[in-house]
Amino acid sequence: MIYLDYSATTPVNEGVLDTFVKVSREYIGNANSLHKLGVSSKRLMDSSVKQVADLLKVKTNEVIFTSSSSEANNMAIIGTVLKYKDRGKHIITTELEHSSVLESCNYLKTLGYEVDYVKLDSNGLVDLADLKKLLRKDTVLVTISQVNSEVGICQDINSIKRCVKSNYQTILHVDGTQAVGKVKIDLEGIDLFTFSAHKIYGLKGVACLIKREKILMEPLIHGGKSQTIHRSGTPALALYVSCSKALRICLEDYDKNLKKVAKIHDLLISGLEKLPVIINSNSHSVMHIVNISVLNIKPETLLHELEKDNIYISTKTACSTTESASLSVFAIYKDIERASHTIRISLSHLTTEEEIKIFLEKLNQAIEKLDFTKKN
Amino acid sequence: MNRVILIKYGELTTKKGNRNFFINTLYQMILKKLKNYDVKISKDISRMYIEFNDNEIDSILDRINHIFGIHTYQVAVKIDSNEDVINQAVIDYVYDKSFKTFKIEVKRSDKTFPISSMDYAKKLGGIVLKNKDNIKVDVHNPEMLLKVEILDRYTYIYSDTFYGLGGYPVGTQPKAMLMLSGGIDSPVAGYLTMKRGVKLDAVYFEAIPHTSIEARNKVIDLTRKLSVYTDKINLHIVNFTQIQEAIYKNCNGDYTITIMRRMMYRIMERLAKRYKGLVIANGESIGQVASQTLTSMSVINEVTNMPVIRPVACLDKLEIIDIAKKIDTYDISILPFEDCCTVFVPKHPVINPCLNECLFNEEKFDYNKMIDDVLKNIETIVIKEDDNEFSNFL
Repeated sequence: MIYLDYSATTPVNEGVLDTFVKVSREYIGNANSLHKLGVSSKRLMDSSVKQVADLLKVKTNEVIFTSSSSEANNMAIIGTVLKYKDRGKHIITTELEHSSVLESCNYLKTLGYEVDYVKLDSNGLVDLADLKKLLRKDTVLVTISQVNSEVGICQDINSIKRCVKSNYQTILHVDGTQAVGKVKIDLEGIDLFTFSAHKIYGLKGVACLIKREKILMEPLIHGGKSQTIHRSGTPALALYVSCSKALRICLEDYDKNLKKVAKIHDLLISGLEKLPVIINSNSHSVMHIVNISVLNIKPETLLHELEKDNIYISTKTACSTTESASLSVFAIYKDIERASHTIRISLSHLTTEEEIKIFLEKLNQAIEKLDFTKKN
Repeated sequence: MNRVILIKYGELTTKKGNRNFFINTLYQMILKKLKNYDVKISKDISRMYIEFNDNEIDSILDRINHIFGIHTYQVAVKIDSNEDVINQAVIDYVYDKSFKTFKIEVKRSDKTFPISSMDYAKKLGGIVLKNKDNIKVDVHNPEMLLKVEILDRYTYIYSDTFYGLGGYPVGTQPKAMLMLSGGIDSPVAGYLTMKRGVKLDAVYFEAIPHTSIEARNKVIDLTRKLSVYTDKINLHIVNFTQIQEAIYKNCNGDYTITIMRRMMYRIMERLAKRYKGLVIANGESIGQVASQTLTSMSVINEVTNMPVIRPVACLDKLEIIDIAKKIDTYDISILPFEDCCTVFVPKHPVINPCLNECLFNEEKFDYNKMIDDVLKNIETIVIKEDDNEFSNFL
């Protein structure tokens, strides 16, 4: 099998899975119970929270575990703007966001909120001048992903931060789901930050919202204090601990893994340049995500053709719900043909040179076989 | 370009004959606290030198900031004592620093270095002015004071001097036995005791089921916070339930706290002898509660001849809280779990207890046997800063 869809989800790290199994087996108590079993679960939960906080240089009461990045994004966006409804009803985002961000904004539109999409430059980076222009006194929230999931564009969060912070009390939410482990993370000056365990070799079903102490938020799931007061539900201890471990490993191995991916990335790009494809990722993309357009072939057809050889890639992202073109590619290149034919190849430190060579060969064969325009 | 942390000893320098002992104790402590880091540590009579890996600098300085016996330190650039090398290093050093006025001080312990200190300082000043815009020299009140120390082989360049914790290195004095409850005062007392170089064992009196496992965990967490200042702390847990219940069954209600404290002191003395502690330390503060009036203290203290150190005796509660916040124990201390001193509190504890009344009450039960029993079942936990009971999961 050649798995090249790591940005959709990653295989779980053995050690992380081991932690999950052991904690599930040994810590049966509800972390909110008063007895010894509950207390020891609570202590383990506190340790896992502390580790996340230390790794990200935030406070322990700023770590909120959730079930997914989608939940964390919903919570961050809807929870804060509802809390601060007196400040205004204006939100700014980009067209490069994950659907959980875009749909949260769409939901808020139905409640009378106004959403602006900041312009992007030709590289897909946020146009800071436009962002400055869009910011108003009643702008409650700016939500921007650090790394786009489809094309991998990495935003200049520091400049965005400065720009947003100069505007009244506007809150900045950064979706870091595709960023953690791929670029350096610095939460200084960021009010809300999302990441997920399953993108960093943790388990599916657990993610995290970092929310600064001073930012208030309405809960989406009511029911009183659990791990935090912001989200109810019996603490999923084993998932939290495994998430904390996945984050530790991911940040510890960051430099080492990045080097490996850089090598694989260069090999892939030089191979793709020889094929009849358009590379949508650019120098601002993270090396883990390579987005291409293969005109004349339906992306799904190409995906299934490669699947026959046990090669797994993605069209748009696994989470894009609409049947139409890639919003991200269209937002950057304004070319509907290009946007309707995107393929995403996403890499990992686990990817080998051998796998890339085979992939390039099979992709070439698939294109030759399926591009009927050529045969005429 | 290498960077190095230069550590100055401070109060140690006053100890003439014992100087080497103090320096070695500090050296051993720094070795222990930095054993998980990629460092090279060396020392001479006036300073200690720590070469480090740049990635770990924040974490290492955090450790340095929690070691007693360090007066000041600098993070310096270390280069060869060669004029061209020094000139370039000074240019590099000021490159990304922001300041408007500056002064350069040169110190030569290597008198073979060809230029005199004053002349070289002037020359370097000129070099800096040439290489950076919009700055000028101010010899009286400079925004940045750049020091260049030229030693035999190496030269050190630095500008900022940071204060360490001061005090004496832990281990230059023998051991004290700290009475550690879950409150605000006793951890502060432990911190201040260690500040004078005293080693610490902590003792916690537990009365399960009247106190909870959470109260014990709280004390463990507090001990861990204190262990940041030393290599390890032994926490002895005393099962106090039987004695406490006997007191409440047999003694005059108003005297229960006084007698309980007398029992604790008796146990402390025995534990001190067992674990080679020379003194008892605790968080008593004059007048704070009924058992801490001077009359109470004298009646309670009557059970032992062992010196009792009360570092916070003369501090106001708010002053104690300030220190508790500084040493990061406050947030743990205010967690709402009952400890031995807060369960069974009488409505009107006696403020001016009388010794004879205590003796009369204590005759009503065989406390000596109970104390012997208690001492047979001491549970000891060794607590270190870096230990994490969950490390195999995380």
